[in-house]
Amino acid sequence: MSTEKQLYTISVYTENNIGLLNRISAIFQRRHINIESLNISPSEIDNVSRFTIVVNMIEVDVKKIIGQIEKQVEVIKAYYHTLDQVIYQISGLFKVKSELLFEEPQIQNIIKNSHARIVTVNTDFFVLEKSGKKEEIAELHEQLSVYGIMQYTRSGLIAVTKDEMRISELLETYNN
Amino acid sequence: METQTIKNEQNTTTVTERISGSEAIVRCLIAEDTKIIYGYPGGAIMPVYDELFKYQDKIHHVLTRHEQGATHSAQGFARISGKVGVCIATSGPGATNLITGIADAQIDSTPMVCITGQVFSHLLGSDAFQETDIVGISTPVTKWNCQVTKASDIPAAIAKAFYIAKSGRPGPVLIDITKDAQLDEFDFSYEKCTRVRSYNPVPKTEISSVEEAAKLINAAKKPLVVWGQGVILSEAEEAFKAVIEKAGIPSAWTILGASAIPTSHPLNVGMVGMHGNYAPNVLTNDCDVLIAIGMRFDDRVTGKLDTYATQAKVIHFEIDPAEIDKNVKTDVAVLGDAKASLELLLPLLNENSHPEWRQKFADLYAIEYEKVIKDDIHPTKEGLTMGEVLHQINVQSKGNAAIVSDVGQHQMIACRYAEFNKTKSNITSGGLGTMGFGLPAAIGAKMAAPDREVVSISGDGGYQMTIQELGTIFQQKAAVKVVVLNNDFLGMVRQWQQLFFDKRYASTEMVNPNFVAIAEGYYIKARKVTKREDLADAVKEMMESKEAYFLEVCVEKEGNVFPMIPTGASVSDVRLE
Ligand SMILES: Cc1ncc(C[n+]2csc(CCOP(=O)(O)OP(=O)(O)O)c2C)c(N)n1
Repeated sequence: MSTEKQLYTISVYTENNIGLLNRISAIFQRRHINIESLNISPSEIDNVSRFTIVVNMIEVDVKKIIGQIEKQVEVIKAYYHTLDQVIYQISGLFKVKSELLFEEPQIQNIIKNSHARIVTVNTDFFVLEKSGKKEEIAELHEQLSVYGIMQYTRSGLIAVTKDEMRISELLETYNN
Repeated sequence: METQTIKNEQNTTTVTERISGSEAIVRCLIAEDTKIIYGYPGGAIMPVYDELFKYQDKIHHVLTRHEQGATHSAQGFARISGKVGVCIATSGPGATNLITGIADAQIDSTPMVCITGQVFSHLLGSDAFQETDIVGISTPVTKWNCQVTKASDIPAAIAKAFYIAKSGRPGPVLIDITKDAQLDEFDFSYEKCTRVRSYNPVPKTEISSVEEAAKLINAAKKPLVVWGQGVILSEAEEAFKAVIEKAGIPSAWTILGASAIPTSHPLNVGMVGMHGNYAPNVLTNDCDVLIAIGMRFDDRVTGKLDTYATQAKVIHFEIDPAEIDKNVKTDVAVLGDAKASLELLLPLLNENSHPEWRQKFADLYAIEYEKVIKDDIHPTKEGLTMGEVLHQINVQSKGNAAIVSDVGQHQMIACRYAEFNKTKSNITSGGLGTMGFGLPAAIGAKMAAPDREVVSISGDGGYQMTIQELGTIFQQKAAVKVVVLNNDFLGMVRQWQQLFFDKRYASTEMVNPNFVAIAEGYYIKARKVTKREDLADAVKEMMESKEAYFLEVCVEKEGNVFPMIPTGASVSDVRLE
């Protein structure tokens, strides 16, 4: 087992109930673990939510956290993976002054080379969206910073695992 | 009342009746076989109280003097009966007053259902009068909780609450019900809950893990069992006894495991932990196989973790997967219900008796007896000791009493010296160490087991945290025997100040009231003992009393509890003086 701190994604399948976010985040809070990013969304199964939580921890502690999470009544199953065991994306939004689009020829190149998408343009500003790895978004951020960014935000990490999770099968065994 | 009959999909008939949410609450409790509930009324729960008034022939409501008292009484009820304890309170301050008892029940795995009233749902989140976010507040200390804002959701919520509270590793649950949900009418029918999709309360025992455990135990030269409350919660006492007897393993208990097998059992080698017995603590660091059963390696039990039983192979029988490897790394984890696992283990074990290894326990006991126990229970110097009071209670009860203790020195003395013949007889606040637990818990225990002798033992400090429950004893005619071991100090804290803070007794000296007068003020028969020659007679009088009885024993002011493992020390560094 790895004894070095590294980024892990924790995927938690849960019932879609009010209050669970509180219960789950409290588990991290009690142990003074900083959540790097958190995303909650519907999953591939009806009425089952999926949390994707990114933490920087050593593996033994992640295992203990998983135990505490799974202990919650409304949690169906929790898994943890290193970043190279998952396929993940982050999405960044950049709001930039519109005049730059026309006055700074370099901006056009940045957009093209980074494969960012223009979400909207109006007279005052335009909005760029870029999905990818954390580093790719950071790189775009760095390049645009030179010209000035009006607003910037980045989503939590979302991930699917390379291996199977078999939640439906698990739910079936619960049913019996 | 309008009655109608509907057919559901399976073509079975469910009878539904149009009733209010509050009546539904009471009917659900009755359907869950609840006979006694503890609580305190208020605006947001009044409709329920009105129904309790109508249904008083079915459910007995006990008005405690404080909501904390209601939780501890429900806990005492649950601990001695193995059933779910139930308590109710109003919104706001009523609900927050439950928190201490809920936290206590959570860490000690006690099944409890708490129902709180809440403001009207349209007022939620508006800082309305007596509104608190009790679901938010109680989240970290409940096994499960929820808020109900619709009358029709009440039966399912209560059914789920009972199921979750008592299944698997038990615990407290809380349901917060808005006043409109209590008042609205709906078509009521009730179905017990037997399953929650995402919840797997009892992991199935893997036979391979049991086989591995058996192999280790059969090969062990110096095995040691440490058992906890899990044995009692899964009603594994008989299976447990059969296992240790067949394999001849000396067995020690955690504070909540006490009484699962009789104190006098030849394989019972005493308590582990901070104030536990000398032999099992020292020999934890000598055994070759440590078999933990239904216990969770609390830090009060293990002392310093990196020197805890490092020489031993560790087998952990446990129902809660989150406990495996949480504190102590195991070699074999047997997940599942303790009773089921131990029954599978029994036929795989070789008969054994380990005479030399057991002799080591006897030798260390002799040392502890000479240095500590003799002077605790048969003192010769002036000043009554807590130990001799316990000894007298043992003599008079012949080991048949349930002992409910509060928290402090007297608790450690009670657990060390009380003799138990029957299981579920040691009721104390283990994980949270809640002062004020003892007296109300004893009330609940006595009401759950009226035929049993229930003796509560408190210190002068903790007793005054819930002293008002004498009113409940008096009103309910609960024949609890209440013993206060008065040392005019917050004794346990004073002991630490003496040992670790150069005797700076900061705010631990108590100037106490006339306890006998207070008890008599509640019409409870009372007596105070200050001299050794009166002790036996007073204890006898108390135990023979058919009614509640209060006994104050003035014990030596600066007595200490030994053995002791100072915090951060290794279990084998246990101090005898
Ligand atoms: C509610 C609560 N507050 C504080 C403590 C800390 N504490 C533990 S033992 C103790 C002293 C108990 O004194 P007393 O009830 O007189 O019993 P004794 O130790 O003298 O037997 C205190 C203050 C606690 N356990 N619970």
